[in-house]
Amino acid sequence: MAFLPDGTPLRGKLIIVEGIDGSGKSTQLDLLHKWLVSKGFLVSFTEWNSSAVVRQTTKRGKENRLLSPMSFCLIHAADLADRLEHQILPALHAGAIVLADRYIYTAFARDAARGINREWVRSIYRFAVRPTAAFYFRVPLNESLQRILIGRPELKYYEAGLDLGLSDNPYESFRIFQGHILEEYDNIVDEFGLTVIDATQPLVQQQARIRKLLTPYLKGAQKVEHKPWREVLAKEGLYGRYLNDVSGEAEK
Amino acid sequence: MTRVLHYGFPMVGLRDKKLPGKLIVVEGTDGVGRSTQIALLREWLEANGYATTETGMIRSDLAGAGIKKAKRGHTMSDLTLNLFYSTDFVDRLEKQIIPALRAGFVVLTDRYIYSIIARAQVRGVDPRWIRDVLGFALIPDVVFYLRINVENLIPRVVNSGGFDYWESGMDYLRGDDIYSNYIKYQTEILNQFDSLAEEYHFHVVDANAGVTDVFCRLRDALQIILSDMQPPQTVGSGETHSGTDKKPKAGNTKPKNKKSLKTGRAMK
Repeated sequence: MAFLPDGTPLRGKLIIVEGIDGSGKSTQLDLLHKWLVSKGFLVSFTEWNSSAVVRQTTKRGKENRLLSPMSFCLIHAADLADRLEHQILPALHAGAIVLADRYIYTAFARDAARGINREWVRSIYRFAVRPTAAFYFRVPLNESLQRILIGRPELKYYEAGLDLGLSDNPYESFRIFQGHILEEYDNIVDEFGLTVIDATQPLVQQQARIRKLLTPYLKGAQKVEHKPWREVLAKEGLYGRYLNDVSGEAEK
Repeated sequence: MTRVLHYGFPMVGLRDKKLPGKLIVVEGTDGVGRSTQIALLREWLEANGYATTETGMIRSDLAGAGIKKAKRGHTMSDLTLNLFYSTDFVDRLEKQIIPALRAGFVVLTDRYIYSIIARAQVRGVDPRWIRDVLGFALIPDVVFYLRINVENLIPRVVNSGGFDYWESGMDYLRGDDIYSNYIKYQTEILNQFDSLAEEYHFHVVDANAGVTDVFCRLRDALQIILSDMQPPQTVGSGETHSGTDKKPKAGNTKPKNKKSLKTGRAMK
């Protein structure tokens, strides 16, 4: 179960993944998503920094480099607040499994790495729902850097922590900044009891472990009939070529 | 402000212990005449040689446009809007208010955190939470609260273009009757302000009185607050207000109300 900040239990389950860039958490969450859907669960996916109302301002702040550590912190809190009120909470009330790629611990780690008072960030996010399960994908800094820097050589200003003046070299700055975030995560794991997944293990093993750990929590989660028209097709001997278009849209 | 004080959480990266300028806040509900008084005060201050600047809610470069757009569509709920307001506020604090205070300006602020707190509390937001979120706010040199009764507010609002959706609490009150919602909402807001006035030691000014009366009271109170600031002299030593280590002049020397002094613009 997920819980409101005041301890009220919610019908749905909130499952979140955390980790530095290149830890493989999004890949694992995607695999988990597909598995839960195939099991017939009602699933809702949400991603850090994706609120439609807030994103425009965040984008403006990043493009024009208007964000300070404090406004960076607050605008990301606004992003989660909006997604929580419009997406996550309603889905949890409906009994869905909500999958979140990054959650409040990302803010705790990043904002602290930007010099923000840890107590203040925690108090800002007091409105957040307590997750049912939180997985932290632990990976050594060098390995994550290798994964990131091979695939995506262009580093963004805030992503690389260039606003902090750690180094003029984006790669060097990114390395230092990610190192700080990693240190913060290590403390957060203990403070909030996140479940650590060894992200250096083979992907399949990681996924198997996550599924095993989650299974007991899935009891009572809302199920939904995915592609309910399948039965009609089978019965009438139809191919369903128009429906494939429709469902393709819907799944996107 | 002579000493830099905050409401619980210090600003990141603010090392100043003292700021030579003055932070003057004008609070009060919509239609009470804040902008009129601020315009009058600004003119008076500049005429008396105080470099003056002005800021207000939703005027930040970062978040101003985003908030306005979201409010137009009525798409933001309480938590989000409060955090958005806080983003707007921190951006103005860091980029407008603090640099101006550091340079020795008098900063006139149209609404401050108290308006955000009042509207949040009316909507049932956790009072502790909103205070923590805004805990980085600098404690102003003075908060002028323009206090008015709802009965006196209504004609002013009708006269200046009618009832605003948000200022009538339409986002959370039931029903379509904007007039009765307005009265209900403003009554609640005014009650909140009354309790905030005690909590934060507002300087309450009765705004039921006419514009001239209100202005005179604000001006008189302001003179006392500015008494430790040295207004620039016309025959100058070339001195500016930019030095952070400059000691404010001690004592109660009130600034002379000389119309002949240069305006604040000359200092920029």
